[in-house]
Amino acid sequence: MSTDLRDLYQEIILEHSRKPKNAGVLEDPTAEAQGNNPLCGDRITVYVKLDGDRIEDARFDARGCAISVASASMMTESLKGKTLDEAEEAFGRFNTQMTGKEAPELAEDDELSALMGVRDFPTRIKCATLPWHTLRAALKGAGDTQITTE
Amino acid sequence: MSTNGAYPIDRIRADFPILSEQVRGKPLVYLDNGASAQKPSAVIEQISRTYETEYANVHRGVHYMSQMATDAMEAARVKAQEFLNAADEKEVIFVRGATEGINLVASSWGRANLKPGDEIILSVLEHHSNIVPWQMIAEQTGAIIKVVPIDDAGEFLVDEYEKLLSPRTKMVAVTHVSNALGTVVPVKEVIRLAKAQGSAVLLDGCQAVPHIPVDVQALDVDFYVFSGHKLYGPSGIGVLYGKQALLEAMPPYQGGGEMIDRVTFEKTTYAELPFKFEAGTPHIAGIIALGTAIDYLNGIGFDAIAAHEHDLLTYATDQLSAMNTIDIVGTAADKAAILSFNIKDVHPHDVGTILDHDGIAVRTGHHCAQPVMDRFDVAATVRASFGLYNTRDEVDVLVSGIKRVQEMFA
Ligand SMILES: Cc1ncc(COP(=O)(O)O)c(C=O)c1O
Repeated sequence: MSTDLRDLYQEIILEHSRKPKNAGVLEDPTAEAQGNNPLCGDRITVYVKLDGDRIEDARFDARGCAISVASASMMTESLKGKTLDEAEEAFGRFNTQMTGKEAPELAEDDELSALMGVRDFPTRIKCATLPWHTLRAALKGAGDTQITTE
Repeated sequence: MSTNGAYPIDRIRADFPILSEQVRGKPLVYLDNGASAQKPSAVIEQISRTYETEYANVHRGVHYMSQMATDAMEAARVKAQEFLNAADEKEVIFVRGATEGINLVASSWGRANLKPGDEIILSVLEHHSNIVPWQMIAEQTGAIIKVVPIDDAGEFLVDEYEKLLSPRTKMVAVTHVSNALGTVVPVKEVIRLAKAQGSAVLLDGCQAVPHIPVDVQALDVDFYVFSGHKLYGPSGIGVLYGKQALLEAMPPYQGGGEMIDRVTFEKTTYAELPFKFEAGTPHIAGIIALGTAIDYLNGIGFDAIAAHEHDLLTYATDQLSAMNTIDIVGTAADKAAILSFNIKDVHPHDVGTILDHDGIAVRTGHHCAQPVMDRFDVAATVRASFGLYNTRDEVDVLVSGIKRVQEMFA
């Protein structure tokens, strides 16, 4: 197991955290949810706009670390155009990869795989999964849902 | 390594076995003393010695071992009494820590003394454990909470405090030293003004006792709490000091063994102080070892400790101030050895992870003081908190670590 810092802070992660995609408030969202990490006080709001059961747009507004911002940025990028079922499946896959006991099998072209370095930093896994849990709460609750990682 | 000619830093460091541990192949640089301090061998060995040679339940058996353990525990109470300069050892109640001490006072004193419309004054600097218990009792009694603001340096605003005080004020509960910023609150003045309005005062001494000598009689404070684990003693043990007359008038907090005089199903009468507030079997070995920690600190002397830590704080503050991408959060004139900061455009959690890679332990987060974070409009800070065994060399390691963070995120 390598716990090299460069595996955690890969260039692509730093890039997403410096210039996050889909950052900011989404006007007239179909659903939104707020996520909190009480451990560090980080907060994120995820907004989605649905067209039927398809995610037309997804944005987020976060006060968080490089890992959580990069995760939110990649997540919203990857989900646009997906159906709700596909989003749920993506959540399940990401969550298992992140928290599962076995090292995940990854598709080479999957940008999200850059986040797998986080697995070696147990205290930081919640940073990567918070945006996903928040998205899921938004899709499930469609309203003023609040979730926390604790 | 010495930072101050007379201060026996090498000998002191040798007293703390954990300081020779390696973290990720690097020497441990422990700068998280505000969260919990490491333990000297004297304390660690005392815990084994208690279990090896003088352990039994206390205040119960007529047998030899019970008497030994009881004597050792009561000797520790006297050490704590002297440490705070309390008038009587009965005024020293052993609790799990500051959190339990504050809950005890909020609940027991609060139930007996608070009525709807009464006011409790806290400050923005408070740790959550000196906020939430008061919110709970305010909810139950109809009392109202008022909050003293701080300025941009993190100073407690005495003028604003004075405006909040009135004959409705029944309790002023503030920290002696801020755990998030290091600000030393002018507690003498706080107490004097509260007394003038007839209010009781509780001080949260968690971050003060490791750095500043405390004299509860000179302060004329009603309640004073601290945790053993921040004072180089064991976790799970702490002290609540209360003035005897107040403690006597308060109902018990928990019921059980040890705290009774006589129990029948018709009526139970309670034990005398301090036992009225010590229901159940206490953390016997922890109490005795807390006494050892106090002996250890007295052996070095608070003047020497304060001078050493002040040197570290000044040195670290100068180094960090010279780096232009660093924002120091909390710049009060009178500070304990706590340095909270942020690196521009880098989240404290990322800083913490990278510093950890160099063996440096700092706290990152909101430090259980979210109102302070909100006041400075930050989610979190990085906090280096120094103890009696830290060195300037360690500050240098911290500074190189920070440079590494800046390079990585540049
Ligand atoms: C100022 C202050 N008050 C209260 C506490 C709570 O102490 P404990 O968790 O030991 O009860 C702490 C410790 O984090 C503190 O720093």
